[in-house]
Amino acid sequence: MNEKADAVANGKKRSMRERIRWDYTILFLLIPAFVALVVVFPDKGATARHVAWEYFKEMAMILPAVFIIMGLVSVWVEREFIVRFLGEGSGVKGVVLSFILGSIPMGPLYVAFPLAAVLLKKGAKVANIIIFLSAWACIKLPAELMEFQFLGWKFTLVRYLATLVVVVALSEVIGRVFFKQGYEVPDEALDGAEG
Amino acid sequence: MGRVDLTTIVILALTGVLLLLSVIKDRRKTLAALRVAYKGFVRLLPSILAIILVVGLIIGFVPPKWIAQVIGKNSGALGVAIASLLGAVLFIPVIIAFPLARSMLDMGAGIMATAAFITTLTMVGFVFLPLEIKELGKRFAVARNALSFLAAVAIAVVIGVIIR
Repeated sequence: MNEKADAVANGKKRSMRERIRWDYTILFLLIPAFVALVVVFPDKGATARHVAWEYFKEMAMILPAVFIIMGLVSVWVEREFIVRFLGEGSGVKGVVLSFILGSIPMGPLYVAFPLAAVLLKKGAKVANIIIFLSAWACIKLPAELMEFQFLGWKFTLVRYLATLVVVVALSEVIGRVFFKQGYEVPDEALDGAEG
Repeated sequence: MGRVDLTTIVILALTGVLLLLSVIKDRRKTLAALRVAYKGFVRLLPSILAIILVVGLIIGFVPPKWIAQVIGKNSGALGVAIASLLGAVLFIPVIIAFPLARSMLDMGAGIMATAAFITTLTMVGFVFLPLEIKELGKRFAVARNALSFLAAVAIAVVIGVIIR
């Protein structure tokens, strides 16, 4: 048991260091590439700059708040509570709740990952978290209104219903086939959070 | 951008209220929560900045017209395959994506290909994959994206068969 724990801890340290280097490397390669492209192609570059800036502003506003919510959930919400409503035995109730949680319009998909991580860590079922993320990604009320406007009610309705059915089936398959023994979120994802 | 602003205001207000309640109830626990929040934020920051740059480049340098033409020209299974792959790789906000889908249809793309583009675009985020791996682990992220891709294609086929 101890050996295993040690091995896990070592593996974790190594992979964490590797990852930190990775993302900084990519970022520091991207910055000059971005600048070069914007300078060489001022036309397209202007759009790229504008879009990046808009996203940056959005991120700067939303992301700290989302992480604070995640921190509060990790400290205040009891594990038993998450297990009861989203855990293995939560059944249909868990499916419906995951869908509702995921449909709340709270911004882009990257916002959902830390929340999904804290829910998984507190004992939510993998299938429910897949539903949560899928709903977050593709069912958003403001987006549905736009879809309705541009592609018609028939397209929107059929897509909505098909998504509902396929996502629920898919999440069960992923949960049963790939995560039969449950799933441990990588520990460094939630440094310092209580389980 | 009005929609985004409203969302932002709601999120900020909600966070403020929760934080206030937390401080009132237990200051030490609140500090612990903020520590978790800070660590998570700092850890993700470089990846998110990289994603923002990539998204900017994609939207700036991949003209919507080109996407509409490529998907509009290829019909049948090939069109669906190209549309699904483009949707999975690209990242386009819905504000651009739905009008784009409309113009694809107008340029002669099949309903199935258009649906495939919209479903993979929303469900599969290759741009977000590094971030998802970081937060949720490789196994989870890869399984979810791979099967979401298949699911998106399945949804597209259902739409294509029903709407004729």
